[in-house]
Amino acid sequence: MSSDRTPFGQCPLPINQVSQVLMGHGSGGKLSAQLIEELIVPAFRNPELELLDDQAIFSLGASRLAFTTDSYVVTPIFFPGGDIGELAVNGTVNDLAMGGAHPLYLSLAFILEEGLPLTDLQRVVESARRAAARAGVRIVTGDTKVVGKGSGDKIFVNTSGIGVVPAGIELSSARIRPGDAILLSGTIGDHGVAILSQREGLQFEGEMLSDTAPLHDLVAAALRACPQIHAMRDPTRGGLAATLVEFASRRHLGIEVEETAIPIRDAVRGACEILGLDPLLVANEGKLVAFVPHEHSERVLAALRSHPLGRDAARIGCVTDSHRGFVILKTPVGGERVLDLPFGEPLPRIC
Amino acid sequence: MKYIDEYRNSEIAAALVRRISETVTRPWVLMEVCGGQTHSIVRYGIDRMLPQQVELVHGPGCPVCVTSLEMIDRAHAIAQRPDVIFTSFGDMLRVPGSRGDLLTLKGRGADVRVVYSPMDALRIAQENPARKVVFFGIGFETTAPANAMALYQARRLGVKNFSMLASHVLVPPSIAAILQAPGNRVQAFLGPGHVCAVMGWREYESLCEHYRVPIVITGFEPLDILEGILMAVRQLEQGRAEVENQYVRAVSRDGNRAARDLIFEVFEVGDRKWRGVGSIPKSGYRISYEYREYDAEKIFEVDAIDTHEPPQCISGLILRGLKKPCDCPAFARQCTPQTPLGATMVSAEGACAAYYQYGRHLDTDGRAAEDCAASGGR
Repeated sequence: MSSDRTPFGQCPLPINQVSQVLMGHGSGGKLSAQLIEELIVPAFRNPELELLDDQAIFSLGASRLAFTTDSYVVTPIFFPGGDIGELAVNGTVNDLAMGGAHPLYLSLAFILEEGLPLTDLQRVVESARRAAARAGVRIVTGDTKVVGKGSGDKIFVNTSGIGVVPAGIELSSARIRPGDAILLSGTIGDHGVAILSQREGLQFEGEMLSDTAPLHDLVAAALRACPQIHAMRDPTRGGLAATLVEFASRRHLGIEVEETAIPIRDAVRGACEILGLDPLLVANEGKLVAFVPHEHSERVLAALRSHPLGRDAARIGCVTDSHRGFVILKTPVGGERVLDLPFGEPLPRIC
Repeated sequence: MKYIDEYRNSEIAAALVRRISETVTRPWVLMEVCGGQTHSIVRYGIDRMLPQQVELVHGPGCPVCVTSLEMIDRAHAIAQRPDVIFTSFGDMLRVPGSRGDLLTLKGRGADVRVVYSPMDALRIAQENPARKVVFFGIGFETTAPANAMALYQARRLGVKNFSMLASHVLVPPSIAAILQAPGNRVQAFLGPGHVCAVMGWREYESLCEHYRVPIVITGFEPLDILEGILMAVRQLEQGRAEVENQYVRAVSRDGNRAARDLIFEVFEVGDRKWRGVGSIPKSGYRISYEYREYDAEKIFEVDAIDTHEPPQCISGLILRGLKKPCDCPAFARQCTPQTPLGATMVSAEGACAAYYQYGRHLDTDGRAAEDCAASGGR
C-alpha cells in the first residue's frame, strides 16, 4: 500500500464529492473520520488537536489539565437503563477519564425544542444531577437555548469537562506499541441494542439496559495497578470496531483480536442476529479498552475485574508488528478476516 | 448462545475441513446461491480454510442487489410524491438508482420510512388514512409469504390506502440461467436454505436431473456451509447429481404449505428483469389480477424510465459465477459500497460488498493479492 494512504484505509469518496451533511457523518465510521480530518483539523491545526484523542491534555502552571466536550442527540431521550441527562454527564466524565484525568468540573448546555414537556426537562436535569453526584463532578456553568418546533428533536445536550491528570500518568494512543495487550472492561453492544430495541419497539427476551456509567473510578483502579498503561478509549459510537480500526490505522499498528474472547451478553448477541447488526459496531457507554504493556496485562486485568464496572473484563487481543494499519479478527471457526468500518451507519443516531 | 454457538464450533469446523480435504481429488467449482451464505463465508473466512481444489463462487441470491434499476427508479418516483409514505426494508434505501437513492430522497424531505416487516407498513397505512402508504416488496421466495400476508390482510381489513411495489425474484429460474450461460463454470450448488424452508425442494429435483448438477440445500452458519460443501464435493467425486438436504433442521421436501398457499393467493409468476443479469423468463412474482388494486405499479403512473449501468461493472459475470469481485479493475477503486457501480456492491449481502466489508481489498501482508491470484488464475 502506498505511503500517502489516508487514515482509515482508502478514502473512497473525497469529502468534496459529498455536497451535504449525511447521517453517516455522525456515525463514527469513515465519513465521520473524513469530516474531522479533512474539514475540521486543517482549520485549527495544533498539537493538542492533532492527537485526535478523546480529550486534549495541556499544562497550566504546575498541573496538567484534560479538557473535552461532547454533544448528545440520542433518541429516544429516555431509554432502558438511562436517559440523555445521565448519558451527557457520564460521556464527558469518560472522555476525561480516558486521558487518565480525575474529572472535576462540567458545563451543561441545553438546546430545547419548543413544546418539550417541562416535566421531561425536569427528569433530564434531575438525572444529570444524580450522575454528576455519582461521578463526583460539579456542574459549574451552563446555557439554555430554545428553538422552534421542528427545528430540533426534543432536547440536545452539550457538556464540556475539565479534569486534572495526576503526575506520572501518560495515556495517549500515540504510546501504543507492538506487544501491548488489549483489554476490554466488559460486555459490548448493550447501549446500542437497548436504544434500538426501544426505538424500534422491538421486544426481546431478557431486559436490554444501556450500560451508561462513569468510568473514572475504574480507570483509577487500573492505573493504580499499573501507571504505565499506554492508552485507553471508551468505544462509544462506531463500537469496539471503530476504536480498534482507528488506533490501527492512525498509529499504523497491527491489531489482532480473538472474536470469541470478546464478552457479549447472549441477549445482545441474539438481538444483533435478528437485526442483522455486528455487535462490534454497536455503541457502548460504560466500557473501556486498555492498551497495556504485555508484562503488566494480568495485573491490570485483575484490577479491572475486581471493580464492579469491570467484572467481565477480558483480554481480547494484542498489538502486532505485522499487517500494520489493519485489525485482523480471528473468527470463531478458525478463519480470519480484516475488521473494517462501515462508511456510515445503517441506523439513525444512537448516542 | 444456544442454537448459534453449536454451529460455529472451531473443532467441528476443522474436522469438516479435514474431511473435505480427504474427499476431494480434483478441482471443483461450487456456487453458494444465497447472499447470506456469501456473507457468512467471507465473514468467517471459510473459503480460505478450504483445500485449494475447492473453489467457491458467489451466486445471485441477494434480492437487494438484483432488483432492477427500473424498479428502483420507479420506487424513487413514487416516494417523491407528497401524498405518499414510502416504506421499505432498510438495506433497500441505500441502493442507488439512476437518480440517487431513497435515503438521499428522505434527506430532501420525502417521507421514506424503514420497516422491519410489511405488516408494520400496513399498520402505518391504518394510522395515516389520508396518505397513500406504499411498501417496497422485494426478496426471494423467503420474504414472499410475509409480503403476501400484508396484502391479504389489507384486503381483509379493507385498508384502501395501502399498496405494494412488488419485485420478487425466484431462485430456480436463476440457477437454470446460470447453467445455460455460455462459459458456465459452476459444477454444484449450495442451495438456498431459507427459500427451501418455504418452497421445499421438489423444484430443484428437476434441475439436478436436467443439468446433471448436484444441489445441496444448505444453511447459513459456518458449520452448515462446511457440511454443505462436504456433501456437494462427495456427490461430485462420486458422480452423483441429486438434491440433498444439509439444512434438515429447517427444510423439508414439501416446505411450508400454508406459506406457499398464501403466496399464490396474492402473487403470480411472471418474467422479471434482474440487475446485472437481464430478463429471465418466469423468474419473479408479480401481484395477481385479483389484488390489482394493491399494485403500486398500476396505481401510480410513472413516466418512461430510461436507465443505464456503468459499462465497467462486471456484476453480471460475478452473479453468474464467472468472475470474482477482485477480478474487477474497478473493485475498491471507483466501486465501493459508497459509490457502487453495480448490483453486487449495492447491498451488504452482495459478493462485492461482502469482499469489501471484510477487507479483501486491503493488502495486509499480501493476502489480498493472493485472493485475486487464486480466483483469476484458475
